[in-house]
Amino acid sequence: MVYLTRKAEFAASHYYHNPELSPEENRRIFGKCNNPNGHGHNYVVEVTVKGDVDPRSGFVVDLKELKDILNREVLEAMDHRFLNKEVPEFLDRIPTTENIAIAIWQRLLPKMRKARLHQVRVYENADLFVDYYGEE
Amino acid sequence: MKAHLTRRYRFSASHRLHSQSMSEEENRATYGKCNNPHGHGHNYTLEVTVSGQVDSATGMVCNLVDLDQRVREHVLDQFDVENLNTREEFRNAVPTTENLCRVIFDILKRQFPLAHLESVRLDETMMNSFEYRGE
Repeated sequence: MVYLTRKAEFAASHYYHNPELSPEENRRIFGKCNNPNGHGHNYVVEVTVKGDVDPRSGFVVDLKELKDILNREVLEAMDHRFLNKEVPEFLDRIPTTENIAIAIWQRLLPKMRKARLHQVRVYENADLFVDYYGEE
Repeated sequence: MKAHLTRRYRFSASHRLHSQSMSEEENRATYGKCNNPHGHGHNYTLEVTVSGQVDSATGMVCNLVDLDQRVREHVLDQFDVENLNTREEFRNAVPTTENLCRVIFDILKRQFPLAHLESVRLDETMMNSFEYRGE
């Protein structure tokens, strides 16, 4: 079994707000991140897949295919977007780093063919990242 | 849905590696330059990983403000710009980065009950890193 990680980057804006909470509660829990005009990050995504090395190709996965899936499913949907308003998952879910990692996992999982999805890591910045391993 | 969240912090501290259970010669042989009686320092990078269910109301494993506050109060304010050898935690233990990992893990286990503490990792330099998972 070999693990392979592909990295990608996208820039997006977001804000944190739960419509079921009062404005005061939202400000207390989310602080500056509750500003409805949003703010942005350069997100870095690391997708790790695992599998046996194919004896003919020497690959765990065709990197070009993985890159295409990442581009199509994640970057085209999220890069240079306001996540709360333009990405369907976040119309009714707060686009925290946790939920972004989960959404990326859910987008990639059905597209995987030979290799198995192992981990999705999302960096909001160099000092904060979230790992998601699917349902544990 | 369960996720792991990692937050990175920085602090600087000095230490001297010297074991009371070894002779002077043995200390020098074991710790080399790190046994210099006057000590030396590092810029440590601390990575704290916690895990838990993502709260459906907040979208979070835990509130970062709470994690930052506890780490600042109980770890960074304690060890930053300090000589580790003078700290109570190292009265009977050599302040290697292995032991520092364990000390910080035990502190956070007590002081941060808001999510499950998975691991504490310390980069002592760009070349050396240590990780403790409480096992």
